[in-house]
Amino acid sequence: MIVSLALMALTLGVAVYLGIRARGRSAMSLERWAVGGRSLGGVFVFLLMAGEIYTTTTFLGISGFIYGNGGAAYYILAYVTLAYVVSYWLLPVLWRYAKEHGLVSQADFFIKKYNSRGLGVVVTVIGVAGMVPFLVLQLKGLGIIVAEASYGAVPSSVAIVIGGVLLTGYVTLSGLFAAAWTSVVKDILIVIVVGFLGIYLPLRYFGSVGDLFAAVEAARPHFAALHTDNLGVSWYISTVVVSTLGFYMWPHLFAATFSARKESTFRKNAVVFPLYQLFLLFVFFVGFAAVLAVPGLSAGQADLSLLRLAKESLPPVVIGLVGGGGLLAALVPGAMLLNTTSALIANNVYKPLRPGADIGRVARLMVPCVGVVTIYLALNDGAAIVTLLLLAYALVTQLAPALLLSLLPKNPANSWGAGAGMLAGTGAIAYLTVNGLTVADVAPFLSPVLLHLNVGVLALVLNLTVLALVTLATSRRAPALSPEGTA
Amino acid sequence: MWLRFVLAAVPFALILGAIPWVNPYVLGLPFLLFWLSLSIVVTSACMAAVYRLDPANREEAEQ
Repeated sequence: MIVSLALMALTLGVAVYLGIRARGRSAMSLERWAVGGRSLGGVFVFLLMAGEIYTTTTFLGISGFIYGNGGAAYYILAYVTLAYVVSYWLLPVLWRYAKEHGLVSQADFFIKKYNSRGLGVVVTVIGVAGMVPFLVLQLKGLGIIVAEASYGAVPSSVAIVIGGVLLTGYVTLSGLFAAAWTSVVKDILIVIVVGFLGIYLPLRYFGSVGDLFAAVEAARPHFAALHTDNLGVSWYISTVVVSTLGFYMWPHLFAATFSARKESTFRKNAVVFPLYQLFLLFVFFVGFAAVLAVPGLSAGQADLSLLRLAKESLPPVVIGLVGGGGLLAALVPGAMLLNTTSALIANNVYKPLRPGADIGRVARLMVPCVGVVTIYLALNDGAAIVTLLLLAYALVTQLAPALLLSLLPKNPANSWGAGAGMLAGTGAIAYLTVNGLTVADVAPFLSPVLLHLNVGVLALVLNLTVLALVTLATSRRAPALSPEGTA
Repeated sequence: MWLRFVLAAVPFALILGAIPWVNPYVLGLPFLLFWLSLSIVVTSACMAAVYRLDPANREEAEQ
C-alpha cells in the first residue's frame, strides 16, 4: 500500500515540476496563457489532442461501461473515428477564421460570426455547463483511482478534495504549456499501463483474447454486441451522431485547435488519429475480463472494475504505476478543462461587464471558484463516468447547428434564432436529465425503433425548430444580425 | 472533388449504415468489434487518399 501511494506521489511530483518549469518559459498574457501563442507544432498539438481523448473516461469509464452494458461501449470507438473525418474539413475553416480575426475562445467565434455579444454569453454559459460534468467525472475518476490504488487507505471523498485542490493549484501556477509537457509523461505512462493490462489480464485469466470472448459469450449470450433494446442499434447510431457533432463543440478543443501553427496539421491528424482509437481495444479487453473475473459489482461500482481486477492480479508496485497513469489521465485533461472554463468566464462574461479589468488576473482568480464548485458536485453526484460524459456531450452538441449554419456561404440564421435554439436544446436536455426521462417517456407515439434514441437527438430537433421559427419571426422585424456569412 | 467526398462517406457507411447487419469470431474478436476495428483502419486509408487528392495539401507543400 505504501509502495503504491509513493509511486503515485512521485508521478504527481513529476507532473507539478514540469508544470512549474514550463511556466518560466512563457509570458503570461491571456492569449498566450489560453492558446499557447499559436506556437505549438504538430507533435504538441497531437499530444494535446491525445491528452484530451485519453482521460479518466478511457481509463475507468469504458471498462465500467462494458462491465454494466457490454457492446454498447463500442460507440466510443465509432464516434471519435467519425469526428476525425469531419475534422478534415471543419477544423481548417475554424482555424483560418480565428487566425484572421485574432480570436481566442469559442465564444469569440460566435460573437464575430453573429455580430452579437449576447450570443457570446449564451455560448459561454452552455460551454461551461457542458464542461462542468466533464470536470466532475475527472475528479470522480481521480477519487476512485487514489482510493483503490491506496488499498482504501485514502477514502474516495478525501481523494476528490485533495485532487481538486491539486488541480486548482496546478492550473493557477501555469497554463497550456504545462498541460502539454505533462501530457508527454502521461501519454507514455498510460500507453504502457493500459497496454500491459489489456494483454496480461486476458492471458492470465482466460489464456487468450479469443478464449476471453468465448467465455463471455458462454456466460452472457450476445453481451459483446448491442444486446438490449435500451442500448440497441437505434441508441448506438443516434449516440454516435450526437457525439460526433459534439466532439469539436467543446470550448477546450476549440482553444486547442487555435494553437496549431498551420492548417495542414488538422488534415494530417485526420489521417493518423483514427488508428489511435485501436489502442482502446486494450481497455475493452480489461472490461470484458472483469465481467467474469470480478463478478458482483453493483451498477454504482462498475467504474471500479478495472482497478479491482488489477488489484486481484498484480503486486502493489504495479498498482502504483497504474494509479500514477490514472492520476495523470485525470489531471491533464482536468487542467485543460479548468483552464478553459476560467478563461471563458473571465473573457466572455466578466469582461463585457467590466471592460477595463485585468482579464488575465480575473481568469486566474476564477480557477479556484470553478474548482470548489467541481469538488462539491463530484462529492454529491452518484452518476457513472460514461453517464456524465453522455450528458456533457448532449449539452455541448446544442452549439453545433448555429456553428455549422454560420459556415454556409449565406447564413440563414440570425443571432436571436441561434441563441433561442441553443437555449431550447440545452433546456430540454436539462429537463429530461433532472427528471430521468427518455425519448420513450416524452414521445411514446413514435415507432418502436425510435423510442430508444439518444435524448440529444430530440434536443437537436427542438433546437433547429426554435432556431428556424425565431429567425423567421425576428428577421421580419429587423435585418439578421449576421453581416458575415462566409467562413 | 466528388471522389474525396465519396471516400469520406465510406467510414459513415461502415460505422453507422452497416450496423444493423453486423450486430463469427475474427482474430478472436466478436464480429461487431472486429467490424468496427476494421472500419477504423479503412477510415484511415480513406482519409489518406482524401489527403493525397486534396489540392490544398499540394499547394501548401509547394509553398
